[in-house]
This record gives sequence, structure tokens and C-alpha cells, in this order.
Amino acid sequence: MTGTVRVIINDRPIEVPAGTLVVDAAKRLGVDIPVFCYHPKLEPAGMCRMCLVEIGMIKMDPQTRQPMRDEEGRPVIQWMPRLQTACTTRVAEGMVVRTNTLQVQEAQRAILEFLLTSHPLDCPICDKGGECPLQNLTMRYGPGESRFDYADKMHQEKRVPLGDLILLDRERCILCGRCIRFQEEIADDPVLGFSDRGRGMEIITFSDPPFASYFSGNTTDICPVGALTTTDFRFRARPWEMTPIPSICPHCPVGCNITLDVRPSARKGGWDILRVMPRQHEAVNEIWICDKGRFVHHFATAEDRLRQPLIRRNGELTPVSWEDVLEVVAEALSRAGPQAAGLVGDRLPNEDLYLFRRLFGEALGSSWISMDPPIFGGEWVARYGVGTGTDFGQMRPGSLIVVMAGDLEEEAPVWFLRVRGAVRRGARLIVAGGKPQKAERYADLILRYRFGTEALVLVGALQVLLDENRVAPEVLPRLDGLEALRKALEGYPLDFIGQRTGVPVEQIRAFARAIAEAGEVVLIFGREGVVDGEAFVGMAANVLALTGHVGRPNNGLLPLWPHANTQGALDFIGARPLPEEVPVLYVVGADPVGDGRPMPRAGFLIVQDLFLTETARMADVVLPAQSWAERDGTFTSAERRVQRFYKAIPAVGEARGDWEIFIAIALRLGQRWRYLSPEAVMDEIARTDPRYAGMDYGALAWTQPQWPPVGTSRDLYFGGTARPNTAGLGRVRPSEAETPEARWPLAWKAPEIPSEESILAIPTRRLYQEGTLIARTPHLRGRTVPWAARMHPETARRLGLEAGQMAVVRVNGQTLRLPALVDPSVPSQVILLPASLTARAGVVEALPVKFRVEVGNGALPR
Amino acid sequence: MGRYILLRHREIPELHRLDVYLRHGGYEAWRKALTSMTPDQVIEEVKASGLRGRGGAGFPTGVKWSFVPKNVFPKYVVVNADESEPGTFKDREIMEGNPHQLIEGALLAAYAIQAERVYVYIRGEYRSVARRLEAAIAEAYAAGLIGRNVLGTNYSVEMFVHLGAGAYICGEETALLESLEGKIGHPRVRPPFPATFGLYGQPTVVNNVETLANVPPIILNGASWYRTMGTEKSPGPKIFCLSGRVRRPGNYEAELGKITFRDLIFGEEYGQGLLGEERTVKAILPAGASAPMLPASALDTPLDYESVQAAGSMLGSASIIVLDDTVDIVWAAYKMVRFFQHESCGKCTPCREGTYWLRRVYERLVAGRGRPKDPELLESIARQMAGKTLCPLGDFATSPVLSSLKHFRKEYEAYIPQPLEAPVAAPAGTVETVPGR
Ligand SMILES: Cc1cc2nc3c(=O)[nH]c(=O)nc-3n(C[C@H](O)[C@H](O)[C@H](O)COP(=O)(O)O)c2cc1C
Ligand code: SF4
Ligand code: SF4
Ligand code: SF4
Ligand code: FES
Repeated sequence: MTGTVRVIINDRPIEVPAGTLVVDAAKRLGVDIPVFCYHPKLEPAGMCRMCLVEIGMIKMDPQTRQPMRDEEGRPVIQWMPRLQTACTTRVAEGMVVRTNTLQVQEAQRAILEFLLTSHPLDCPICDKGGECPLQNLTMRYGPGESRFDYADKMHQEKRVPLGDLILLDRERCILCGRCIRFQEEIADDPVLGFSDRGRGMEIITFSDPPFASYFSGNTTDICPVGALTTTDFRFRARPWEMTPIPSICPHCPVGCNITLDVRPSARKGGWDILRVMPRQHEAVNEIWICDKGRFVHHFATAEDRLRQPLIRRNGELTPVSWEDVLEVVAEALSRAGPQAAGLVGDRLPNEDLYLFRRLFGEALGSSWISMDPPIFGGEWVARYGVGTGTDFGQMRPGSLIVVMAGDLEEEAPVWFLRVRGAVRRGARLIVAGGKPQKAERYADLILRYRFGTEALVLVGALQVLLDENRVAPEVLPRLDGLEALRKALEGYPLDFIGQRTGVPVEQIRAFARAIAEAGEVVLIFGREGVVDGEAFVGMAANVLALTGHVGRPNNGLLPLWPHANTQGALDFIGARPLPEEVPVLYVVGADPVGDGRPMPRAGFLIVQDLFLTETARMADVVLPAQSWAERDGTFTSAERRVQRFYKAIPAVGEARGDWEIFIAIALRLGQRWRYLSPEAVMDEIARTDPRYAGMDYGALAWTQPQWPPVGTSRDLYFGGTARPNTAGLGRVRPSEAETPEARWPLAWKAPEIPSEESILAIPTRRLYQEGTLIARTPHLRGRTVPWAARMHPETARRLGLEAGQMAVVRVNGQTLRLPALVDPSVPSQVILLPASLTARAGVVEALPVKFRVEVGNGALPR
Repeated sequence: MGRYILLRHREIPELHRLDVYLRHGGYEAWRKALTSMTPDQVIEEVKASGLRGRGGAGFPTGVKWSFVPKNVFPKYVVVNADESEPGTFKDREIMEGNPHQLIEGALLAAYAIQAERVYVYIRGEYRSVARRLEAAIAEAYAAGLIGRNVLGTNYSVEMFVHLGAGAYICGEETALLESLEGKIGHPRVRPPFPATFGLYGQPTVVNNVETLANVPPIILNGASWYRTMGTEKSPGPKIFCLSGRVRRPGNYEAELGKITFRDLIFGEEYGQGLLGEERTVKAILPAGASAPMLPASALDTPLDYESVQAAGSMLGSASIIVLDDTVDIVWAAYKMVRFFQHESCGKCTPCREGTYWLRRVYERLVAGRGRPKDPELLESIARQMAGKTLCPLGDFATSPVLSSLKHFRKEYEAYIPQPLEAPVAAPAGTVETVPGR
């Protein structure tokens, strides 16, 4: 359907795209048609019958093709004999709609009276009370009283667990089917359904474990009544008692916009985060978040948060005042001076990273700082990362999305939703990986390569592009290094590549051609199995640059970074090797010991964190830091969108913001820093760092109206309890390729390929991987993935290992001890390891140590 | 030509056997269409015959076939053999006695729209009927009448029988399609109609068993022959299912519009009168529970679509249930409401909630606990439902209520306990309150 059509709604004309639903067309005019089962993000169902309106067509004279007119010159309208559902009827030229006639009002009253006959009316104890569409629509359209006998009400179960996270109240359910359709159409976990019929019809879950989905919490937002509640929030607060604070999800590189609903809490002896709700950002998370983002917030207010600075006295970490501890820290750092080293985690906000860099660079004159975990590919992302304005929501036929070396749903759940949405709208998807993943359901092409040969697959694609002369002619003048690349590729015949990667040559060809022929290409890449990160990302960059798929919206590289501010850490800190031994090491927001990563030996160890991590246990000084919920700040998502979050709760104990601590130390070291808030720090960044130019807090707080409009309590065109975005849409820092005069360099590095005999240890990311933060959300306990070394039964057999036994894996000079887990879906020749190990491996020493695998260099990227 | 066109097995013993059917002109129409007619010619012939759907709505069959897009494949024909309307048992007799005529009709429909598959959706209770039909289909396969390259032509078609699971709503064509796809039997929003978006989203023709049984004689003898029967707007023969308080219930084949309710109920060759000389007709249900009941004054209405509609009801599937003067109308309306409440699929609000509410009011009424405003309330609930539901079942559910209130309101009033007097006891054996749904 193309073009626009003109329709008249309540006597007002409007022109809308052909195919628009009447309910949406009305909304564009500001006319609310009440709905229950309709949701602007879901396919219409026409079930609840709340949206009945009068619809007619202007009668046309077949001869003149002009509207027929009555004596008074008004067009004659042929009204349909019955009321029609505005949520299923699409506009047509000459359509006339009335939403406010007596007949319509009578129907609205009727539907509400019907719905309420089976409703328990327990608003006073219902979580949705106060933000409930059924309440709101009843107030506006319903009958004042019901003629239904209260005693005739049918009673049903009020607490039906649909899994660990979601509870169903059968009495409150109005059977609108939104939850079912969300699971089918958006999450593609079709685990809910209707069962039985008539008044006995009910929502059931038929998966094992029940309601198995990473997105289940969203159903509670879009449920138009209090039928679906989370086990986390149920009965804990009334909506009006809570203050919604805009924030950004701290868990993954997507940067979902969220709201922290906070309230004073006797239980916590202070303020508490009661729930996390999505906040609308159509270009980031629309109105969805994943269950990790929704439920993993308890760590912020956890009992065992560090509340006081600690110092080692007589071998024990003992509480000490900030004054004293800062003296000690400043002392130690100044003594070490340029020899001092810093390791900083990629969960820290930009402001803090920036000050950390200044602290080392300016106050100590040391360049020994690095981010943890060490990440590769940052420079290529800076150059060829997705163009400003990239939005999965705009991708359609002609767009191609490639997912490579990472599990989209496990590592960036909301991107998974959005990629699926793009495919539903006609975009194409290619998935390349060493093991299966959910996104492959929608892929036109699946490349299953041998882990460790990722870069080689891309070399193959480059080979095809050059062979078939598919370099985009318009980019030729901008490219640097094409000839060198052409030459270097000569050593990699396609047959050899096909044989080493295990991918048929025809598939490599199809892959390259699809990229060359697509109008837009976004290449999402992870780190799963990547042995030679530099070569891998470099080749990916080459493929996109050669085909002209960089420097524009909906084109470029999109990294599956591990954390919410990995991009910021790359921008402000970067990854570089530290000396093996240093006089003073300052570790902030990172737990290399617990994660089993190498850390320099230090004469004096300072650790700053939320919890007493494994690294902190070894420290000489421990500084309690604030979580993201306790302060203002910004994160830079993997799309390089810089977004603000706001202080939601007061500091826990004596914890201080990382930025505050850095300032206090810097002042003691003689610096004259005058920042009173993170805002002042960002002001300086916005003035001095061209990449972040103009991104002061004012600019980041800018918003504009979004479609569909959701979330206001008076809005009856109802999207759910997702919040409208009034606190800022953020700003994207452009990729270098976007500058018109920028040259587009090509990379070459001969990829390092592990030998075919070696067994690779592959760090894999799982959304619910056991870890420090997730462990504080008891609701997810049943779903967390325990740490284990997963391998194919055949691999286990070859290693003489049985399931459950301890495996000792030596990788990159580290020794890891993990229980072995046998899983036939794991490819052979590899051992899958959790990407972030906790130090709990120590517990297992009593168990039999069965084998020892020596894995070659670089299986864990450094 | 015999007296019967549809119920020919009544004259020809063993007609369900292929050899017998073949000896009596069986599959001649199929052969004729395949060898000498284009698909469009078949559609045109059926269109010209004026055949109207016998499943209830009376939609012109040829017109429905012509809505099917030509260039979209695959396409399907679905035979609606769900026959769940109370008092309807005509499709069963065709499938048991004259199954090949249905098969032949379904094949002709498939050829007309160039479908590659025919599914027969039979109500779950008709297990034995399904076996009979399957046996007939197997015979036809064996004889090369179904399958690859039928009768040596390049047309191929398959036929399958599928048993339902006992839901009335699965007779509604879109719920039937959902059920056939293995989903819960919920009607779909229309448009789009099955002709463009049917089984598995492909173009599909859904026709009733009796409708399709009309097709072979039309193709064999021509539209003008067919039009010599019935009326201008309702041509052809029809099976009338007669039941209720009549002496001789059963299926009767007659031309549309040539007999009246009175003929059917009292005629010597039909119902032969009521169960007792002294009894009189109180009300007629022309289409099972689904169409408004008519009072005795409608007895002389001719039995065709237009006349019954003019009299204030619908001919529907022509399942005529006769209520005599012993029948308590409130009780009868209650039974029908209970039926619809039990069969409501629950997808849409007004039907799901309305039928439940209606039933609760009837329950108290027949239990002698009615309230003076209950008749008004019933009428109001029914009117609140009517015209607002997703599929016609919700409307059907209002017809016993509204029509009984229209014609027999006094009987309702008799149920309402009079103030200061002892409550009127309900007629013995009529009260049955079932908890839950
Ligand atoms: C609630 C309901 C139940 C129905 N049950 C049947 C049925 O049992 N058998 C049938 O043939 N048609 C039934 N119909 C009609 C079908 O929806 C459809 O109109 C019919 O199969 C079309 O075939 P026809 O054109 O040959 O009549 C029912 C309709 C409704 C709304
Ligand atoms: S649980 Fe909520 S969303 Fe699901 S059908 Fe019931 S009312 Fe609708
Ligand atoms: S997708 Fe990522 S950013 Fe979004 S809610 Fe989940 S963990 Fe948070
Ligand atoms: S009218 Fe009744 S049977 Fe039809 S869709 Fe609605 S609830 Fe289901
Ligand atoms: S039927 Fe339109 S909103 Fe439910």
C-alpha cells in the first residue's frame, strides 16, 4: 500500500498513509478511541470490542466520480449497518468516522459493563490501581453502576505463577491477548496461550520452564489490568507513592532507557528502588526492556554493599574514616607517581573515566591505565561504527543486518527484539557463528564456521568482493590501502578458506554478494571465539568500507560490547598492557581476580567497588563507591549514543561517587579541580573533547515527541506503563567516516588461526550468567546459568572427563577450575566458558581434578 | 430422475458404494468438468444456477468461488461438516448415505478454483460418519478419481478428513480454519475473508456439505435445469431437518419456497403433525437455536430464504424445531442461552460476558427468584451484545432472548414472584443450575 488517503474523523479531515488503522489515524488528530486489546506495537486482534465506532463511506456518483450530495449540498454518506472496530479497520479514501455519537457511547458503556461483570474490582489491593486502563476507561466511558449481581461473580485463582518472575491473577484478566501476542510477535517466545473457552478461558504458559523468555516483564507493562504482576514488585507499593527517576540500564551495550521507581522504605532503612520500568526511546529500546534490566537492580541496595572505607590493619580489613583513608591513598599514589597503575571497569560513567584518566595523567604523570576487560576493535568502531541516525526501527527491504561471533539475544537482548522487528518489516538477516543462536530463525543465510576462523570467513568475503569487482565505485577515491589489501589476499585462495573455516565457498560468495547488493548494512559483531581480534574487526571494517556501508545511517559496525559503558571506557581509557609488577595499583569497578584475568602484582593495592570482590579481599585499602542509581552520570552505548541517567536514591552508607573520590585524591595531590557535580565534568568534556563536542547535560536532556505516544496516565490510546521520555534522548557521537573529507583506510593483518587440532576455550556470554550483580536478585536464582565448562560429549570423552567433574583449563596463562558440563549442542573441539568468571572456582579443590588441557595462545582475547 | 436430488440413497440402496454410485451417473459431472470445461466455466455454471450456501448464511456459492484470486497458490477447499447447530442432521445423512455426491461436489469446487487439497472438517462426535466418508474417499482414490493426474488429465488433487474436538464455534468458517491449523478455535477478524486469506493464509473456499452435494447435478444437468426448482432467488432443492414435538421428525428434501412450515409439520409425506391431536404449535425455531423463533402465526410462511426473513427470522440451515403448547418458552430460551454460553469461544467481550450474564439471569428466573425488572434486563443485555460481537455466534445468542421476549413476554412475567404472594414454583424438572460456566 502506497500513498496517502483522506479521511474525515469527527468532522475533521486528515491525510494519513494508506493502510493506517482508524484508531491510529484518530490518534494523529488527537482523538482518543478507547482500546484494550489493541496495542500500537502489536497486530490488531479485534477481541475486546472497546474501540467500536461508526464508519461510513462518502457515496460517489459512478458517472461523474464526484461525491453525491444531498439537498443541502452535503456529501451523502453510506454508513455501515453495524459499528466497526477502529483497531482492525484500515482507512480508505473517502472514509468517514464518528467516535463520539450516542450509538458509540452506548457501545462503550456496554463493553465496559460487560468487562466489569467478571472483574473482581479489587483495585484497592491491585498493583495496577492508579495506572490502570480499565480504571481509566471506566471513569471516562463506563456506566456509573453495574446491573450485574455481585453474588453472581465467578471466582478464579488469584495467584497463578507463570514462571519465577510473573504471576497471573485469573480474575483480573480481561482476556485481551496482549501478553500472548507480545510473546509471539515481539519476543518470539510463543510460550503463552489461551486455553479452554467462554468464561472459562484463561491464559496459560506451556513452556518448560514456564514462561521461558528474557522479555516476560514487558507483558506486565502492556497488560491493561493488574492481571500480570512481577514477583518482584507485587504488593510492594502503590504507583502514586513512587517517584519515577529517569535512568539508563547499566547492564549491556544497548543502553535501554529506563525509569527507576523509588520510595522510602522501612525495610531498607532508607530509599529503595521498587521497580524498573522501560522509558520510551524509539531509536534505542522503543518501549521494551529485557528481564535482566528489569530485575537486576537489587544489587544497588543490597545488604552487603560496601558502606565504609576499609584499610588493612594486622592483616584484617578494618573500617576507617574517609579522611584517613584518602590520606593513605594519596600518599601511596604520590609516592609511586609515574609508576602507579590503574585498572578501571567499563561500567563506570564517562565523567568518572575522564577524571580517572586526568588523575593518572596530570596528578601522577602516569600513563599506566587500562580498562578491564581488555577489548579489541575500538579504533575500527570509532572509524566505521554505525552512522548517526541508525535505527533498527527504520530498516526495511533493502537493509541487511549481519550478526557475527556473538549471540544477539544473550548479549544484547533488546537489539534482538529490534532486529526481529526489522526482519518482520522486510530487512534481511545473515547470522555467522560457531554455534547456533535464536536469531538464526530469521536468517536468510547461516554461516556456521569453525570457532577461531571468524577473520578467515571475512577474508573470504573480501576475496569474493575483489574478485567480482564489487567495490562500490563511489567509495574508490576515499579508500586507502586497497592495493595492499588486494596483494595480501593473494595468499588466501577461497578453497583454502572454505576448507579451514568449514563454510562452503558458495555460502561465502552468497554472504559477500548480499553485503554488496544491500542498500544498507549493519554488521553486529561480538567476541565469541575470536582469537585474533585485531584481524577480525579489521576485516569486518574492510568489508563494509569497500562496499560503501559506512559513514551513513543504518550502515557500519555495531559491537556487542560486554557492558553498558564499554564504549566510554574505550573513548577515555582504552586497553593497554600494564607492567607485570607495579608499586601501587588502583583498581576501580573491576574484579580481575574474581574474573580470573591477569592483574599486575602490586606493592600496594587500592580497590574501589560496590562489593567486597575477590580483588578487594586482597587489597590494602578498599573504597566504597556509589552505584549508578546514587548519582548523575552518562553512559555511551555501543551505538555511541551518550545518554544521561539521574540520581535516584541517596548514597548507601558512606559510599561516594567514583568521580568524587578521584577529585578528593586529586586535591590532595595538589590539583585544583573544581567540579561540584558530574554535570560540571561533562561540561568540560563537551568543551574539550571534540568527539563529545556540545554534549553537555542540557543537550543530552533534549527530547521530541515520539510515535506511538505512550504512557501518560490520561492517554486512552494505551501503550502500557512504559514511561514517555521527558528526560532526554541523548546524542550520538558521529563515526569518523561521516566527516565528508575523511579518508577510509583499509586494514591488513594476517589473521592468526589456531591449528585444527587444538581445543579452543571459548568465553561465551549468557544473559543470566552467574555473577556479582545478578546474584543479588533472588527472583532470577532459578534461571541463572552456573559457571561451567561446557563441551560436546565427544570432547569430554576424548579428555576422559565426565559431566560434573572438575575440569582444569589453562588458557592464556591462567588456570581455571570449573565443573564440566556435557552438552551435545556445543560444537566439538571447543570448551565454552563463562565470559566473566567469578572467583568461586576455588571451592572445588576437594573434587577430583581429572585432566589438564593446554590451550594455545590467545583463545581469550587480550 | 427420481424424487430426490440430494437424498438419492433413499431410492437407491447401497449408494454409498462407489460401484453403485457410478452406475447411477456418479462422477459423470466430475468427468465432464475435467474433460470439457474450464475452471471458469464451472464457476460460471454454479453462479448461473443461483445455488446458495446451505451452511446458514445463504451466500451465493458461485460468487464466493469467483472471489478466489487466480494466480496465488496453493489454494484449498474446506468442506464444513461440523454440523453442530441444534436440530441439524442433514449433512450426516448425506455423508452416510450419499458420500460420493459430496466428494464429487468438493472435487468440482477444487477444480473450479484450482485448489490442490480438500479438507473435510467433521465434528468430533461424527466419528463413525468420518469412517464412512474416509472409506468412500479411499474408493475414489483407488478408482483414480482423486489423486495425481485425475482421470488422466494434468489436474491433481488430494482429499483429507479431519475430526474436530467438539466445539460448536468450529463450525464458523474462520474458527474452523484456525482449528484445522491446529490452533484454538477462535474466529478471525474479517475481512480478510477466506477466499483471499484462508487456511494457512492461502485462498480457500469453505462450503457446507449440502451446498457441495448440489454441485454435481448442476454441472451434469446445467444451471437452467437447476433453476426449474425452487424460487427465483432461492433456487434448487433443500433438506429440511424437522424435529421437536412432531410425530415424524427427520430430514425432508423439498424445493425451496414450495412448501410452508405448515406443510412441513403437518404434511402426510413430512412431519404428520404434532405429538397429540389436541396439541397446537406455539413457536417454530426455523434454524436451530440460532435464528429468532416465530409464533404460530408464521406457519404459512413458505420455506425459502426471503420469505422466512420477511417473517422476521432466518432460514439458516433449515433445522426446524417445533415447540407445541406444552413447551415453557422461558425454559426453552434458557436452554438455548445455556447452549450459547457453553459454546461461546470467549474471544470477544460482549459474547463471553453477555452469555454468562444472560444465563445467570435465566437461572434465577427459572428458579423462581426472578425480579420484576428481569425481562427488561434480559432484553437490555441482549441488545448490548447484538451487533457488537466478533462473529455471528454472539448475535445468535441474543435471538432466543429477544424473540421469546417479543412474542411471549407474558410467560416471563408469570415467572416473576408476585409481591405478598408465595413465589411461583418453576415447572418440575426444568430447573438445573450448573455452577461455573
Ligand atoms: C457460530 C457458527 C456456527 C456455524 N456452524 C456451521 C456448521 O456447523 N456447518 C456449516 O456448514 N456452517 C456453519 N456455519 C456457517 C459457516 O461459517 C459458513 O458460513 C459456511 O460454512 C459457508 O458454507 P456455505 O456457503 O456452503 O453455506 C456456522 C456459522 C457460525 C457463525
Ligand atoms: S493477562 Fe493481561 S495482557 Fe494477558 S490477556 Fe489477560 S488482561 Fe490481557
Ligand atoms: S537489553 Fe541490555 S540495556 Fe536493555 S534492559 Fe536488557 S540488559 Fe539492559
Ligand atoms: S461472538 Fe462469541 S463465539 Fe464469536 S468470537 Fe465472540 S466470543 Fe467467540
Ligand atoms: S477490539 Fe479494538 S481495541 Fe479491542
